Amino acid sequence: MSGGDGLTGRQRLSRWLANYEVDGVALLVLPAIACMLLLFIYPFLHGLILSLQPRSGEMLDNYRKFFSDPFLYDTIWTTLRLAFPATIINVVMSVPIALLVRRFRRQRLLTAILVVPITLGPVLIAEGMLNYLGPQGWFNGAIVGLGISGAPVRLIHNYAGVLISLVVAGFPFVFLLTLSFLSGLDPSLEKAASTLGAGPRARFRHILLPLLLPALAVNFCMSFVQMFSVFPAAVLLGEPAGATRVISIAAYQAAYEQYDAPMASTIAMIMGAVQLAIVAIVLGSRELFYRGSTGSGKG
Amino acid sequence: MARTFEQLRLEEIKRDFGAMSALKGVNLSVRRGEFIALLGPSGCGKSTALNCLAGLLPLTGGSIWLDGQRIDTLRPEDRGFGMVFQNYALFPHMSVRQNVAFGLTMQKRARAEIETRVDKALDIVRLRDQSHKLPGQLSGGQQQRVAIARAIVIEPRLVLMDEPLSNLDAKLRLEMRSEIRRIHNLIGATTIYVTHDQEEALSLADRIVVMRDGLVRQVGTPEELFARPLHSDVADFMGYRNLVSTHAGRAAGDEVTVTIAGARLGARVVEPVGAGGMVTVAIRPDDLAVSPEGPLSVTTDTSEYRGHDFYCSGATADGTTLYFTSPRRLAPGEAVRLACSPDRVLVYAGGARP
Amino acid sequence: MFAERALGTRTPSELIWSVALWTVMGLFVANFMLMILAVLVNSFATQWFGTWLPPAFTTKWYVSAWREFQLDQVLVVTMMVVGAVVVISGLIGVPAAYALARRNFPGKRFVLLLLLLPLMVPPITYGIPLATVLYEARLAGNIWGVILANLVPTVPFVVLVMIPFIEQIDPRIEQAARLFGAGTGQLFVRVLVPLLAPGILAALLLVLVRTIAMFELTFFTAGPSSQTLVVALYYAVYAPGVRANQSIDAMSIIYMATTLLWLMIALRFVNPVQLVGRPR
Repeated sequence: MSGGDGLTGRQRLSRWLANYEVDGVALLVLPAIACMLLLFIYPFLHGLILSLQPRSGEMLDNYRKFFSDPFLYDTIWTTLRLAFPATIINVVMSVPIALLVRRFRRQRLLTAILVVPITLGPVLIAEGMLNYLGPQGWFNGAIVGLGISGAPVRLIHNYAGVLISLVVAGFPFVFLLTLSFLSGLDPSLEKAASTLGAGPRARFRHILLPLLLPALAVNFCMSFVQMFSVFPAAVLLGEPAGATRVISIAAYQAAYEQYDAPMASTIAMIMGAVQLAIVAIVLGSRELFYRGSTGSGKG
Repeated sequence: MARTFEQLRLEEIKRDFGAMSALKGVNLSVRRGEFIALLGPSGCGKSTALNCLAGLLPLTGGSIWLDGQRIDTLRPEDRGFGMVFQNYALFPHMSVRQNVAFGLTMQKRARAEIETRVDKALDIVRLRDQSHKLPGQLSGGQQQRVAIARAIVIEPRLVLMDEPLSNLDAKLRLEMRSEIRRIHNLIGATTIYVTHDQEEALSLADRIVVMRDGLVRQVGTPEELFARPLHSDVADFMGYRNLVSTHAGRAAGDEVTVTIAGARLGARVVEPVGAGGMVTVAIRPDDLAVSPEGPLSVTTDTSEYRGHDFYCSGATADGTTLYFTSPRRLAPGEAVRLACSPDRVLVYAGGARP
Repeated sequence: MFAERALGTRTPSELIWSVALWTVMGLFVANFMLMILAVLVNSFATQWFGTWLPPAFTTKWYVSAWREFQLDQVLVVTMMVVGAVVVISGLIGVPAAYALARRNFPGKRFVLLLLLLPLMVPPITYGIPLATVLYEARLAGNIWGVILANLVPTVPFVVLVMIPFIEQIDPRIEQAARLFGAGTGQLFVRVLVPLLAPGILAALLLVLVRTIAMFELTFFTAGPSSQTLVVALYYAVYAPGVRANQSIDAMSIIYMATTLLWLMIALRFVNPVQLVGRPR
């Protein structure tokens, strides 16, 4: 097998591969690729093909059905109406709170407290809200007792209930991400700005915000993904048949109540498309901002 | 805006971090137009002092005065000082021009005025042609010059520089050193410059402030500090590498005789000593030269070529290591005699610090 | 009280601003704590309706929840699923992250995109087609299906969290190890894993917390005997029938205690800010 240069075929192959920086180490990525192809790409394609094979009718009939039935296509709007405000509330709230927490010496403790909602899970949040915010709960008891409102405020089994639970459940991740972006900023930038005469507001407007915006766009996307697939909260705290009939409920019903796998896949594909379109718009607008390193200089 | 002043005074300024004291009561006065270097080993409090001056760190004691105005209670943005940071701290999302214009924009200057002054500052640091670039596209030396332009464009009453050359390689550091002095000569801004590099301080400053353990040890011109450090720790820091503990003989005026490894040397008293008390003798290696008639005899250990001469070490009979210079290479084990002018043998009270 | 009040004294408007912020944050935390407290109180209440506090307390709901929902079995399944997901995603994810951090092979951007996608689309989107495929392969409805489905978000998560961790390790350390004769295997075991231990620990603890909390994927792929705690809990609330909500609350508290325990362990080892990884 040895060639004129005194190398075996195998050695020559690895020399050729080395041109492309492919060696034993690069091959370590293969299991992960295989895993993604088998468990993500293949099912996705399978779902796509399945969605084009309706139980009756032509190829695009499932999509036609979805977009002609308000009971189905309205779910997109219903979902967006929840996911957008919830994400925006969280992203906007996370900035001042992270700025505040950053200045606090007990940063870790405070962060831990703010992160606790991660551990609750959808059901405990739902149960908690049903108990606490319900017409007989402490919250309404206090509101009526203090005379702020004459009658209990309705905060569960409606739009508000789902929105509140999304905000509560989603806040920790948004907050952590913002805090980590913020601590990645070089503190001497703010100091430099202050020696140049920039007060707190000017420092925020000219230095922090422009450097933070691209990161907030990523944060928005990652949080929006979670909010967009809201499912348990919409069922447990909303009106799953009415104002909070989100798209995932429609998908679930198609799959597990009507056992219509093609239709369920269709809805899943539409969900994915809407989601990716929004992510693409947000990340695309990120190109407008500065995106380089947020450190300063070489340091 | 060119608010000017005659004197900057630091009065007993203190800064504690919990139980740790970084500044233990520093006094200093600076005249307008001076270039002052704060020099000291790391942890001596020099950067803390600079940050306190800038207002980035509040004082825990003492006060800072510009003539009759007390400024330590002002916020950094209200002090009107320009600062150059060790890591440059350029705003990465703004072009060179926007970076330099930032301070003037904050002062809400007219657009035309900003343009003219930014151009002038960029000319001073010779970066006019790079003004559209982002800081990330510049080399380290260029970034440093942007940082300087950004600080001087606001015509600050005081320019503060925090080890501005420490991130640069050796060649660039020399270049930028001359550049900084050139800019100072050009605009004449009062400058306070923090460094741990004695050579940098000696070559740049009008006056040097040597700090140690949160206190000022000596203030003086580079020549004074180089020739006559007032304390043995300052001498140590100024390159007096030979610090030997011994007993002093009889002093006459500032003249005294000391004994090192049995050899008697004429010396000058810097810190008053009683006869027979423990003293520290300090000699720079460059002042201790090979001389056939010299009183000290040593056995050579090492001999390093320095270009124009050799930097050597050797041991005396009683085991004291001495550093000295020689015009020719010495072989290990070679015995030589050393001599030093009495003016260059400085005597301090107390034994040598470890 | 503040670590760095460095940037000077505060003006009245800043003071108002910061008081307002603390108030909002305080209200958020207070309401949130009260919400948890309400569940806790209810889970110990004999009955509770329309009063400030229940008339009497009992622990019987925990006992009945345990029996009624076969919690012992659910907890065992949860542990098995979570354990398997943590181990497998670590074994696949860490080497892949190493390859991606250290080599610039053709198609690397594509691989990164492939790994980013599952984190950028909601689990339901791929959960439904994945469940269909798994059912056809007769893998769904049992514990294997649940494990496989949960790997979809966790493997990319481990990779993306680990890449920056690996990048900050000086490659010369590895080169030195190779010069002293370590092969790739030994390099991993003796040099990289010890150096990366904090990062790996952080990534895997997060995988653990995320997998315990992963509702959608488990919900779509689990059969009656392969439900994890979240899904069992959801069915307990949602499934028709008369169930005392105290017993559901008891189960929620058990769930929260489980996750909280792990999160607290995670927070002992990693700064919460690192939990989400440095964005690029």
